[in-house]
This record gives sequence, structure tokens and C-alpha cells, in this order.
Amino acid sequence: MRRCLVLLLVAWCTAWVLPAAAQTGADTAYARLASDSYSDIEAGIAALVVSGDPKAGPVLRALTDNRLLYRPDDKALAIKDGATVTDARTGAAVNPEGLKPVRVNNRVRRAIDAALGTLNLLAPDAATRRNAADAVFKARDAAALPALDAALARETDAVVKRTMQEARAAALLARPGAPEIERLSAIDTIQARGDSEALAILRGLSADPAQSVRDAAARGVSGIETRQALMANVQNAWYGVSLGSVLLLAAIGLAITFGVMGIINMAHGEMVMLGAYTTYLVQELIRQKAPFLFDWSLPIAIPLAFLAAGAVGILIERTVIRHLYGRPLETLLATWGISLILQQAVRSAFGPTNREVGAPSYMSGAFEVFGLSITWGRLWIVVFAMAVFVALNLILKATSFGLKTRAVTQNRRMAAAMGIRTPWIDAFTFGLGSGIAGVAGVALSQIDNVSPNLGQGYIIDSFLVVVFGGVGNLWGTLVAALTLGVANKFLEPYAGAVLGKILLLVFIILFIQKRPRGLFALKGRAVEA
Amino acid sequence: MTWKGWLSRAAVAGGLALGTLASTVASAQETIKVGILHSLSGTMAISETTLKDVMLMLIEEQNKKGGVLGKKLEAVVVDPASNWPLFAEKARELIAKDKVSAVFGCWTSVSRKSVLPVFKELNSILFYPVQYEGEESERNVFYTGAAPNQQAIPAVDYLMKEEKVERWVLEGTDYVYPRTTNKILEAYLKAKGVKPEDISINYTPFGQSDWQTRVAAIKSFGSAGKKTAVVSTINGDANVPFYKELANQGIKATDIPVVAFSVGEEELAGIDTKPLLGHLAAWNYFMSIDTPANKAFIEKWHAYTKNPKRVTNDPMEAHYIGFNMWVKAVEKAGTTDPDKVIATLPGIKQDNLTGGTSEMLANHHITKPVFIGEIKDNGQFDVVWKTDGLIPGEAWSKQLDGSKDLEADWVKLNCGNYNTKTKKCGGA
Repeated sequence: MRRCLVLLLVAWCTAWVLPAAAQTGADTAYARLASDSYSDIEAGIAALVVSGDPKAGPVLRALTDNRLLYRPDDKALAIKDGATVTDARTGAAVNPEGLKPVRVNNRVRRAIDAALGTLNLLAPDAATRRNAADAVFKARDAAALPALDAALARETDAVVKRTMQEARAAALLARPGAPEIERLSAIDTIQARGDSEALAILRGLSADPAQSVRDAAARGVSGIETRQALMANVQNAWYGVSLGSVLLLAAIGLAITFGVMGIINMAHGEMVMLGAYTTYLVQELIRQKAPFLFDWSLPIAIPLAFLAAGAVGILIERTVIRHLYGRPLETLLATWGISLILQQAVRSAFGPTNREVGAPSYMSGAFEVFGLSITWGRLWIVVFAMAVFVALNLILKATSFGLKTRAVTQNRRMAAAMGIRTPWIDAFTFGLGSGIAGVAGVALSQIDNVSPNLGQGYIIDSFLVVVFGGVGNLWGTLVAALTLGVANKFLEPYAGAVLGKILLLVFIILFIQKRPRGLFALKGRAVEA
Repeated sequence: MTWKGWLSRAAVAGGLALGTLASTVASAQETIKVGILHSLSGTMAISETTLKDVMLMLIEEQNKKGGVLGKKLEAVVVDPASNWPLFAEKARELIAKDKVSAVFGCWTSVSRKSVLPVFKELNSILFYPVQYEGEESERNVFYTGAAPNQQAIPAVDYLMKEEKVERWVLEGTDYVYPRTTNKILEAYLKAKGVKPEDISINYTPFGQSDWQTRVAAIKSFGSAGKKTAVVSTINGDANVPFYKELANQGIKATDIPVVAFSVGEEELAGIDTKPLLGHLAAWNYFMSIDTPANKAFIEKWHAYTKNPKRVTNDPMEAHYIGFNMWVKAVEKAGTTDPDKVIATLPGIKQDNLTGGTSEMLANHHITKPVFIGEIKDNGQFDVVWKTDGLIPGEAWSKQLDGSKDLEADWVKLNCGNYNTKTKKCGGA
């Protein structure tokens, strides 16, 4: 009798459960998502994907954007879309009272990425499919295999297909008990990918039970490592050029004020800072008045930063420095004092904390060339530094102002005798150097803190570059900046950042002992004068 | 005007400005003076100015309640200008010239070390509100920030348990706090069975702005097939370029999480936090913690600064706790006499802003809860984990050979470095 009852119960249960399996799967999923516990939410996400609920995509996307809300009392789930709040399952409008956002942490975020990846494998847009395949690749979840196989069968785009195959290989290697032959071919696929994540997967196989798999993985690791060691040199060179161009930007204004005019300008860094703050102001204004112009904020800021820093430079030259020509020590002290005044002025006006300067869309992210990852921001800064260098050379070599500047710095009295108003040329040359520093500030605001201390970090490096390159020579500044940048980046992996910098300083000291006038010394009578 | 004339006038003007800054509010009745020793200019102004403001707010509020012992409190603000020797000079000025009853101040460890001899010599009280490397307990100093066991160790525990991290990058700025903290963490990790080849320790100079090489190195260290995390003791200004580079090279918190000990709400105010989503910080307080006390504190702070966007952070809460403990101790002792207040302070309890009650311990550290927060896209933290109760601060780390046997107890032993092996006061 009792056994009969149990059988009946089982039969009744199966009869009731089977048709409704999908339904109850989604039920549990939604119930678990409406929770405060991360492991519940994680389980809910997995259940949601398995249930095949059509609303899974929108729910997961809402969860990533913190738009998925729940009510602790009755476990209701809702999606917020702007001002409207709708029930997550039915889409009916919901009273937003008592709703709290479902919380997300890294574990949940990983689960969402993997789940969305699986869901998006069949998306109509190729880029979405590729991202989805990438997410599945990172998740290395054996449960994604059926979805991947289905997607692979339909995929036509070659790039997406390769990513999917890599994802499939990663998922396969994560599945316990997959046939050895398939695992070996998966290792080949992963090795062909050749990046650090492929390396991570292959290294994870070092404890695999099958000898052949272990060997293949070890071969794959050493293959990728050899390639990466080679790439490391190319990468260091690129990092060096990138650091060099930052140094060049910081130093090139000083190459005018110190190099050409001979003024020891300790307030040079503060001109850079003023340029960065100009960028901040421009962005603030754009954010408030015309948000659509945001991507243009840097091109707009460049001339303004030049004018602002240049004007301050001319003001400093007219009020302080012109009284001190020929007295380098006093100039040093006075400009140092000015730098402190400017810092504190900015601190009083904008507060001591960092200001946020955003990156326009074309300056964020990175792209890969032959396995070398290059960030857009750095690339643009290299291009910009070179452009500034060329522009400055043109100003000095091809304009009448440049001609007069060179005349005055080479022989002041003769230039004055030719009718050049030397005091004004001094002022404008100093303004030019300061303005260029301001322009550098626009670029540096993209990679460094916009704070009152911004300039301090660059002043010593700038002097190093100018002295090393040879005072009074723009080409020397270029070569010195790039040399120091590349040398620094090749030293850093071996010696560490601290020791690397010390070694470089020692090298420069020794070099200056040998060649006191730097790499490219000016020759001729002007030098002796 | 001649140059010299200009210079002398500028000097006079500057002197006047400084004079007003340090000048005290004259009042007819007798007051109790409280010294505030935080840099208002120079590199540390970015962090310390806020603490000066919060102290002024707390003092103003206390005065509204009627002051202490029937007397009004009077703040004496000086500016040590991020210059370590100047900290000692200004501390001497506060104690000897202004006759303050207690000083709230310092941020960096080196500034604290610089003022220590002054506080000992002149026998005064310093409340130090910042998380630090430990390995110190002085009679005249009360440490209201976190010791390593109240921040670093719980953070590592969290990563080990929740994120299953097996490989560690300890990345720091090259000075005493990161070096000592990393030494403690390294010993702790090794004791937990982490192999030496799974730990990478690296230091960069102050203000490091080019992180390309380091971030690439972290990326390749993380590709060993084991879950990797970065424990960051990178200081202040170097953080923004570090996080920007992480974002640029596409390292997400879901791949390699970074847990930071020096990045709080204030530091995040200068960055676009969208790419940092999910990176972690360990603190004893977060602005986002939802308690009535915290809500009231934030409201007061916004009203005081007249800026509804100003954030609150961990060292501010430390000053809040420290200041209220001092007030209670003075009222209990019935005097501001340093010896009596120092003797009264241990055992004083004060509600913190996160729903617990902190207590001043005999080793002059306090009990604190530890929270792990994930960075959200609005520059705030979402608390993902917290310790069960309050953790008592350990002055001497249990992980280091030199300090394992040391104990600080100013109540029973009257000693900051009692050696339990040799039974002597006076260190290892």
C-alpha cells in the first residue's frame, strides 16, 4: 500500500513537472535573483540561462547596469528604464515603492558576462557575437559547449568563427573527461591564439592526468613564451617612445625658455598645470552647456590652454623675470617662488583634490597589432608630441617672429641695432615657451592627475631632458627625450622603477661630466658670449 | 617699483596672510585649545585639507552643545605645508606657544615620526587618524586609523576565500608604509601556504605616472593559470594613472581584481570610475554605509561645507571617533591635564558611524570593523563583505619576527613595547 502511494506520488509529480519544467526553472531563477545573497544571485543567473526564458537577456542587461530591482518582502523583480519601472517577467507597470537594486559583485559580474556571452552567441550583429564568444572564452565553462556548437554551425564570419572555436577549445579543456584527441586539438587552437590568456589556460593544464596533454600544453607554453619574449622588446620600445613623447611634451616649452633664452624657469611645471586646468574648465563648460561637443573638448582646449599659459608667461616675464636677466640664481629663486604662488592660487581656486578630466571616445581603449597592445590615448599623445615639435620648429625657422627670436638670442645688441624691439621679443618668446607648456598640459591631463601638484612631477625630468639634449637645440631635446624614455623602459623590467630611475640619473651625471654641453652642443661665437 | 621693493612687499603680504591663517579667534571667556596639524599646502594638502575641515566642524558642533567642562573649544590651525621637519616645528609651536590640550593631525608616517619626540618631550596628546603600518605604540599618541590587522589582513583573507586568489602582486609606492605592510602580508601569505613564486612584490617612486611597464608585467604575471589579484599600497597621486592604465590595457576587476588600501572616496572623486567597476578597497568606513549615524554625519558635513557633492572618507570617521573619545575622556577626568587624559582614554567607548561601538584599547589603538567595498560607477563603494564584529588594533604585528613577541599595554604594563619572552620593556 505504502509503495503504491509513493509510486503514485512520483507519477503525479513527473506528470505535473515535465511540461512545466521550463516554467518552474524560470520561477526558481526569478525567486533566487530577488535576493541579497551573492551566491543566490549567481545561482539565479545560471538557472535563468538554463530555463531559456525569453526575458533572460533584458533581465541580465538590467542587472549589469544596476537597473534590476527587487522587493525583499514579496520577492518581486522589476526593471527600471529611465523613470518607468516594470515587472521583470510580465512587463506590467509596478509600484516602485520598497524596491532595492539587486547588488552585483565581481563573482556575479563574471556569471553575468558568461551568461550574456552564451545568450548573445546567436546575436545578429557580428561584433556582439565576437564579444559574446570572448566572454565565453574567459568563462571557460563546460556548460557553454552545446550553445557554442550550435552557434559554430551557423557562423559565417571568419573572425567570429575563430573566436568561437577558441572559446570552444577553452570550454572543452575545462570539461572533465573530454576525449584526449579532442583535448590535444583544443590545445593547438589555444596555442595559436598566443596571448596571455591562452598562456593562462595552457599553464593550468600542467597537472593534467594525461601525459600527452601535459606535453602538448608545455610545448604550447614554451612556444607562446618565446614569442612573448620577442614581443616584450618591441613592447618596451613602444612604451619607451610613449614615455619619451610625454617627456618631450613636458620639456619642449622649457627648451625655449631655458634652452633658447637661458632662463632657469622653475615655474615651467606650473604652466603645464595651468594647461591641464584649462582642459578641465573647458570640459566642465561642455558638460554643462553642450554635452554633444565632449569629443571635441581637447581640440578646443588646445588653443585656449596655449593662450592662458602664454598670457601668464608673458605676465611673469614682464613683471619679474625681465628685471633679473643675467642673474641666474635670483631667477631660479624668483621663479620657484612664482611656482609656489601659482600652485597655492590654483589650490585655493579649485580645491586641493584632483579634478576629473575625461577621455574622449577616440582616446580610450586599446587595439592589438601583432599581439602588441597599443592604447589609443598613448598613440595620440605620441602623434601630438610630434606635431607640437614640428609646429615649434616651423615657428622658429619659418616665421619672422622666429627669425627675430633667434637673432635676439644669438646677439642681443646687434639685433637691437637692426631695429628689433628686444624686450618684446623676450616677452613673446617666454610666452611661446609657456604656451607650449600649457598645450602639453592638455595632453598630460589625459594620463596624470589634474591637481595643483601636477607640474612638480615634470620639472626635474624636463630639465634633465633639456640639459642632456644640449641647451638651445630643439632637435637635441627630441633625441634626448626619446633616448631617456626608451632607456628608462628597457631598464625598468630588470632594475625596477626606482633603481631604473637612479641608474638613469647616474648615467646623465656621468654624461654631462664628459660633454658639459649635452648631446648637441651649439657651436660658434654666440656660445662664448 | 624696484625688484627688491616688490619682493619685500610680497613678503609682507605673504606674512600677513599666514598670520591670519594661524590667528586664533579671540574670545572673552577662557577656552580649551585644540591643535589641528594638517598640511594645507604642498603635496599632502590633497588629503589633509579635508581633515582640517572636519575637525573644525566637529569643534563647532561641540561648542553648540556647550563645549567641554563648561568651556568653549577653540581650534588652532597651523599649516605644516607637507614638509616633515616643519611638522615638528609646528607641533612645538602648538604645544609650547598656543598651549593646546590635544593635537589632531599628521597623515604620512614620516610626519608622525617627525613630531613624536616633540610630543614626548612636551608631554602632550596626538590623535593620528590614518591607517598605518603598525609597529609602534607611544604613550602620547592615540592611533584611530587602522593597524595592518584591521585592513590589510582581512582584505587578503577576503580575496583568498571569496575570489579564490592564489597568486599575488603586492604593488606599492616606495616608502615605509607599503614596505612594512607588504613585509607583513608576505609573511602572512607564506604562512597560509602561498609559494614564494606566486608572490611578486614591486615598488615604484612617489608620483609614478607611467604605469605601462608595470601593468603589462602584472598582466603577464596573471597569466600563470591561477587566479591573480593585486594588493595595492600605491599612495595618493600615483593611483589615478595606475587605474587609468589598467583600464586602458583592458584589465577588468573580473580578471585581476585590485584591492587598495589608500584609495577612498576622496581619491575616486578625480577619476571616471566606470572602467574601475568592481576593483576593491578595504577600509573601516565607507560613505555608502547606510546607518542613521552616518546619514546624519554626511548631512552635517554637506551643510558645513555648503557643498552637497563633498564626500566623506575613512580618516574623517577616525577623527570623528578620536575627537569624541577625547571629549569623553576630558569630561571623565574633569581636566585637560595630559597625564590624566592619557590615563583615562583607554576603555573609553564611542559609537562609530557604521553601527558599532569602538573602544580605545590599552595599546592606544581602537577596535574597528573592517569592510571590503567594490568601486561603483558613481565613485562610491558597495560593501561586499565585512568582519563579524569589531577587530582590535594590534600595535605589533604577529607576522613579523621582530615584533611577534612584543606587546603594548599602557594600562597595566605602562610600556609600548613589552617583550613577553625577556619580560622586559624595551623592544626585541
